Amino acid sequence: MQVPAPFEYRRATSVDEALTLLGELGGTTRLVAGGHSLLPMMKLRLATLDRVVDINGLHDELGYIRVGHDEVRIGALTRHRELLESEELAAAFPIFRDAERVIADPVVRNRGTIGGSLCQADPAEDLSAVCTAVQASCVIRGPDGTRTVPMEEFYRGPFETAVGDGEMLVEVRVPVRPNGSSAYEKVERRAGDWAIVSSGAAVWLEGDVVADARVGLAAVGPNTTAIEGVADVLRGHEPSEDAYAAAGAIAAERCSPVADLRGSVEYKRHLADELTRRSLRRAVARVRGEEG
Amino acid sequence: MTTLGTRPLDSFVDNDQKPVGYGRMLRKEDPRFVRGLGHYCDDIQLPGMLHMAILRSPYAHARIVSIDASAALAHPKVKAVVTGADLAEKGLAWMPTLSNDVQAVLATDKVRFQGQEVAIAVAEDRYAARDALDLIDVEYEPLDPVVDARRALEPGAPVIRDDLEGKADNHCFDWETGDEAATQAVFDAAEVVVSQDIVYPRVHPAPMETCGCVADYERVSGKLTLWTTSQAPHAHRTLYALVAGLPEHKIRVVSPDIGGGFGNKVPIYPGYVCAIVASLVLNKPVKWMEDRSENLISTGFARDYLMRGEIAATRDGKILAVRTHVLADHGAFNGTAAPVKYPAGFFGVFTGSYDLEAAYCKMTAVYTNKAPGGVAYACSFRITEAVYLVERIVDCLADELGMDPAELRLRNLIRPDQFPYTTKTGWVYDSGEYERALRLAMDMVGYDELRKEQAERRARGEMMGIGISFFTEAVGAGPRKDMDILGLGMADGCELTVHPTGKAVVRLSVQTQGQGHETTFAQIVAEELGIPPGDIEVVHGDTDQTPFGLGTYGSRSTPVSGAAAAMVARKVRDKARIIASGMLEVSVADLEWEKGAFGVKGDPGKSVTIQDIALRSYGAGDLPEGLEGGLQAEVCYNPENLTYPFGAYVCVVDVDRGTGQVKVRRFVAVDDCGTRINEMIIEGQVHGGLTDGVGMALMEMIAFDEEGNCLSASLMDYLIPTALEVPDWQTGHTVTPSPHHPIGAKGIGESATVGSPPAIVNAVVDALSPMGVRHADMPLTPARVWDAMQGHPTPPV
Ligand SMILES: Cc1cc2nc3c(=O)[nH]c(=O)nc-3n(C[C@H](O)[C@H](O)[C@H](O)COP(=O)(O)OP(=O)(O)OC[C@H]3O[C@@H](n4cnc5c(N)ncnc54)[C@H](O)[C@@H]3O)c2cc1C
Repeated sequence: MQVPAPFEYRRATSVDEALTLLGELGGTTRLVAGGHSLLPMMKLRLATLDRVVDINGLHDELGYIRVGHDEVRIGALTRHRELLESEELAAAFPIFRDAERVIADPVVRNRGTIGGSLCQADPAEDLSAVCTAVQASCVIRGPDGTRTVPMEEFYRGPFETAVGDGEMLVEVRVPVRPNGSSAYEKVERRAGDWAIVSSGAAVWLEGDVVADARVGLAAVGPNTTAIEGVADVLRGHEPSEDAYAAAGAIAAERCSPVADLRGSVEYKRHLADELTRRSLRRAVARVRGEEG
Repeated sequence: MTTLGTRPLDSFVDNDQKPVGYGRMLRKEDPRFVRGLGHYCDDIQLPGMLHMAILRSPYAHARIVSIDASAALAHPKVKAVVTGADLAEKGLAWMPTLSNDVQAVLATDKVRFQGQEVAIAVAEDRYAARDALDLIDVEYEPLDPVVDARRALEPGAPVIRDDLEGKADNHCFDWETGDEAATQAVFDAAEVVVSQDIVYPRVHPAPMETCGCVADYERVSGKLTLWTTSQAPHAHRTLYALVAGLPEHKIRVVSPDIGGGFGNKVPIYPGYVCAIVASLVLNKPVKWMEDRSENLISTGFARDYLMRGEIAATRDGKILAVRTHVLADHGAFNGTAAPVKYPAGFFGVFTGSYDLEAAYCKMTAVYTNKAPGGVAYACSFRITEAVYLVERIVDCLADELGMDPAELRLRNLIRPDQFPYTTKTGWVYDSGEYERALRLAMDMVGYDELRKEQAERRARGEMMGIGISFFTEAVGAGPRKDMDILGLGMADGCELTVHPTGKAVVRLSVQTQGQGHETTFAQIVAEELGIPPGDIEVVHGDTDQTPFGLGTYGSRSTPVSGAAAAMVARKVRDKARIIASGMLEVSVADLEWEKGAFGVKGDPGKSVTIQDIALRSYGAGDLPEGLEGGLQAEVCYNPENLTYPFGAYVCVVDVDRGTGQVKVRRFVAVDDCGTRINEMIIEGQVHGGLTDGVGMALMEMIAFDEEGNCLSASLMDYLIPTALEVPDWQTGHTVTPSPHHPIGAKGIGESATVGSPPAIVNAVVDALSPMGVRHADMPLTPARVWDAMQGHPTPPV
């Protein structure tokens, strides 16, 4: 059994209390949500913390999916499993269900949260690519109040986010725009494995042509970022294999993968291309009602 | 009220027809396992028990300059810190391996692989023991590591084993088999010669339960009890006696329930020895359980063979000879567990299932700065590597000849009338009906239809592959005349007692790790005596309660101990016959045995059951003259030969052209393990082995970087397959009993692990063949498949 170094454990019963504890305790204090990233790091002694503030008691307050007319709001403590099972969310943004089907395994999904996933800021994290594609923004609360940060500004580097020491992520907001849909494509070495590369795409049509399109890639850079330029090659054009290929080529070129046991740089760039095409193709099919 | 919790466990063995003997029945042990009531090493809690943790080397190769344990010793919960220097004072710093090499218990001079044991801390709880490791200050002087086996013998390579006197290189051993000159002559004259470099990468058994033990030295009686994750408790006891100088009768080794072994739990690990030392020194029970990373980086790996295979044939597809040169990476110490005369295990069966004119193998084994091990992981002593080699190279030949790989195999399989068949490397295959098995597999899978479908799909640009493998294993080690491990012969004892009420206890030396021994051995005795399996208790795993024998690995339990169980039951039956003759007042010759009872020939009304006889044997009445009371016997079974299970496997895969992902769509496995004792257990063993095969073929590998850092130290990095990667297995069988085995059984434990990787790889290569691919090495991860599709398949090391 892998065992962590000694640490102090506190349990918060409200967001306010969690923020107070974070502020009071100082030192190396971390929130623990699902714990599926934090606890392994502690057990492997990659993270040695003075204190841990457990926010699982806040599920009533922060575990929700509210699909509104022009915005979807997801509480930071919403579990993977809840994202997977929500019919409303799947209807508005099928990309969430696509991704949740291939994130980890049921045991992890029962506990892991969207807040923990985004705040872990692992370069291969799937929900970051999803949130990037759908142009989400993050609501961060701290002692001085609440601020909203778009996904583009949320990541500061691998395992680093815009959430400050005494702050926490409380909500993820996704704007709803008409005539759009989304899809997620991931290649992994085995079910439950982290992505070799994955691609999330969101597309909005206006008549027969693309009004806007976004692609977010995971595991091909220090952080998940939107691939700039994808919208430019698609906007105003009818969706076509040529257009997807152009978008794929941009994705392959603009990402910055590193070689590891999962694959070479060349292979990962190829996947960025291939999966960008596949995710765009599927998203478009969904807008047109050709696929569920 | 009866609830699940109060129902006796036995009542869950609720079979449709409970066989009295062989037949399909639920496993007797499963009610406790599936309800979480198994009792594993880590479940053991003793009063005053302390916990041990091991400090391991962060370097692959480094000199130890100094170790300062003072901060650890100052920890309030720490009881002791022991280093290699401390062990050296007691003469315990080094121990023999199962291959007559030596291995450091705790490093004294140098560390030779990342994860090597450097010091131990013993503390009041697991947390404090682990915390103490961070307080031990070790100063290392890093040395250049030898990571690539191909460079281990280069002049100027750093010498790893400078502990061995006069050692000036990294050479471990050389070995050859077959006839070099005769093979050369066949190759020279052959119409077609194909050669291929083939790597079987380093893989790990990764059992669900990691290794560990509880050592309890009891000062008053002077007795050491060691509960341990051992597949071979008797062999371990003897080795502890030899190494530690403890008297053997004062050592009791107990293997409680074991959560998977696959060869990983055959060796004696430094941790066991350290826990014993700690218990001796501290006079307290000491528990050591390694964590997952420790298991993956330091315990017995498997494979790591770099092979060059060559095959010679005629143009019309008659295979003439096979030749191979192997470079074997044995890591820092030769920790292989193989019979003494067989340093390369049973790799000699690389001639496969084919009738050849000549064969030759030359092997060089080297030391590298990696964890020791070798023969582990359901490999039947290197047969996994041998079968992979020959089945891959036969497919390369089929490709060269433009011949269907099934057709090529059918033309060359050893014919039934050739058995017993002596191979060109000296193995005597006992029995086989190879063609029948292959044809059955082809029928089951619908081979011709599949080839048609493949042609259609190829025309549409899709990538579908069909792979075949045909394997013969050599299991059931082994005959005393040929085989021993560190001087211990490989015969197995067995004791059987039938109690007065007709219930029986059978005691065996082999140790189950999930194979279902408690059921299989009860069924073997049941078949011979007619006592229901539910009335037969199988006792194993405790050296104080069982006769000597060498343990469970290499698929040897049923071939060796299973034979012993049948023989001992027959001995009991012979005695029962004499008692029955007295009870029925007829001569022994007038008795006839009908499962469970002796009757009088020609007099259907007169018979006595085995239960009647048991009661009489202990009763007050007279027994035939000269006969002792009681109904028990013991035997020690020395196998005459190995047994040779075989099988034909067909795998169908689809490869995603855009991503290189492989999907195993179908898999048909036809196995012949001779007499079948419990179909359900056999199928379970096959399913597990096939899943293993998917793991090795597609994802598993212990990888290292250039510094010798192990890159596969967790199950996030060392991938093992899940239910989602495997198809619905289709199993079939033929039955060709072993002629020399008392019940004709051949062993099934490793067949599927041996036979499936080549079938899967052959299928993937077949899918890729339109792109000109003739070979691609495991593990066939999406990236590696894609590399092959681009025309540059790369070896994994
Ligand atoms: C076996 C396994 C497989 C996995 N596979 C995948 C995969 O395929 N794809 C994938 O994307 N992920 C995968 N994961 C990660 C999984 O999704 C985790 O659940 C997720 O990364 C973290 O969520 P959590 O709630 O468990 O966070 P925790 O581990 O509790 O926390 C992670 C970090 O976020 C911080 N944090 C948590 N909540 C907040 C908050 N509200 N505000 C500020 N900081 C916060 C914590 O302090 C910590 O630093 C896998 C995990 C495991 C164990």
